Amino acid sequence: MPPVDVDATVIHNARLSADYSVLSLAAPEVGRRTQPGQFVMVKPAGVTDPLLRRPFSVFEVLRGGQGEITGVSILNKRAGRSTRKLYELDPGDVVSCLGPLGVPFTPVAAPKAAWMVAGGVGLAPFATLAEALAASGTPATLFYGARTADELFYLDFFERLGVTLVLATEDGGRGVKGRVTAPLEAALASVGPAGAMVYACGPEPMLEAVAKLAARYRQPSQVSVERVMGCGLGGCYSCVVPVKHGDEHANLVRSCISGPVFDGAELVWE
Amino acid sequence: MSTPDLSVTIGSLTLPNPLIAASGCFGYGLEYEQVVDLAALGGIVSKGLFMKERQGHPPPRIVETPAGMINAIGLQGIGVHRFVAEKLPALRRAGARTFVNVCGTTIDEYVEVSKVLSQAEGVAAIELNISCPNIKEGGIQFGCSLAGTYDVVRAVKKATHLPVIPKLTPNVTDVASFARAAEDAGADAVSLVNTFLAMAIDVETRRPKISNVLGGLSGPAIRPIAVRMVWECYQLVKIPVIGMGGITDARDVLEFMLAGASAVQIGTQNFVDPFLWTKVLDGLSDYLTRHRVARLSDLVGAFDPTPPKAVHA
Repeated sequence: MPPVDVDATVIHNARLSADYSVLSLAAPEVGRRTQPGQFVMVKPAGVTDPLLRRPFSVFEVLRGGQGEITGVSILNKRAGRSTRKLYELDPGDVVSCLGPLGVPFTPVAAPKAAWMVAGGVGLAPFATLAEALAASGTPATLFYGARTADELFYLDFFERLGVTLVLATEDGGRGVKGRVTAPLEAALASVGPAGAMVYACGPEPMLEAVAKLAARYRQPSQVSVERVMGCGLGGCYSCVVPVKHGDEHANLVRSCISGPVFDGAELVWE
Repeated sequence: MSTPDLSVTIGSLTLPNPLIAASGCFGYGLEYEQVVDLAALGGIVSKGLFMKERQGHPPPRIVETPAGMINAIGLQGIGVHRFVAEKLPALRRAGARTFVNVCGTTIDEYVEVSKVLSQAEGVAAIELNISCPNIKEGGIQFGCSLAGTYDVVRAVKKATHLPVIPKLTPNVTDVASFARAAEDAGADAVSLVNTFLAMAIDVETRRPKISNVLGGLSGPAIRPIAVRMVWECYQLVKIPVIGMGGITDARDVLEFMLAGASAVQIGTQNFVDPFLWTKVLDGLSDYLTRHRVARLSDLVGAFDPTPPKAVHA
């Protein structure tokens, strides 16, 4: 379905920490169209600072009391001018929200297992994927790494969906101390005959490590990349990533329309 | 009063309205079919095309700056042959009036690309890219020399029956003299401005914000300079001027047209709002109705340089 652009009112901006917030937007038209792994382009409405929108995975598809879709939320981490302004928005403020955009995750079905690997703000695309997996009865595990225990969010959300949690923090405050790729490798080493689909979103070094681990243990992977993006529709050629099919030489392809989800085996790491 | 007439002419071309999607800001056009009726635009300009495919620069390729952005994409493109085979037929079916942005590292390459396009069906005009600030060879080398501008326009004019529209760089002292050189060489129109050579530094790392270090500045930040340059060219040459630089709405379009633009291109704002086209067209109709102007083209160059009245805030 083609994307729509809506002036979406902020329903709620839940500050989860000094850096993270969940911005809930009244955008039912976007929510109804969204598939897990797709993204929206967002900026405060009617301003030239910021000028360009920024890409965000749809975090949640929001529902009202009767189960009707009322909007979407995004998981925002303060990193620059634009994300700082989004962090500061209050209910009633209006943002421009274009979407949904991009190639979604392809959900797997039982007996194959779904392993979601999230680093920090890379948790964002997995709430909707976990819902889709739960609906189809696919066994799902979330490998989730963050800097500290305070930055592990929405754990109860995933638990309610029956997702097995494997946590890691850099300081060891919760779960395994260190990187989330360590428990992932242990799991891959003992994966059952039905195999697992490895989904990943997070910092680039983590994505590279996950894609290479999955390949080493002969499991397929789907990796959601993040690039500086100008338009989200394929117009500007800013967000390119090197992709290689078979023996071809690598080509720079637009992550907005050929991604953000790629086959981990086809991404070339630099 | 009847519906205002938004049509404009650029030499032998008549467009239903003055809004053209700028090169490098609209992919090959087909990417936008899902959000805009390509036939409803005055025209579209393709990404820059050489004879062969090009990979462009490594990312990061853009950075946002105050009311603008700097880009150094590096003319990533599929080459003219693939464009003709894979994109043009669909653009024709969509009813797009397709201007093709032609690049070259030598005059021969500009000529060769133009010849390929001359034999294809569905090309409205050639926009000669002699102004891209982001590649080492060709492009701006020609656009920053009066003789180079003249030579490349002359050579391409001899090789094609299509209208030839050199796109001028603002990175020169006197852009109007380049419009004159293009006119002398037989250009059918000129388009301006391409981006302003610029750079941005990350002070935390002391490194450039984009991989190519230098890039081209676009967006609302450059609009007043672009309007001035269009006005200068309009006064000096007789061929039509296509204006661009930071246009965001109907008022910006009118500003360029009053300064002498026969048509305009919109680039960066298409990234901000890909649905802007119909809003801008509505804004133009409203303006014409309000000012009782029957034809938009009557406003081309209708700028009145009488100083404004003093305004007390």
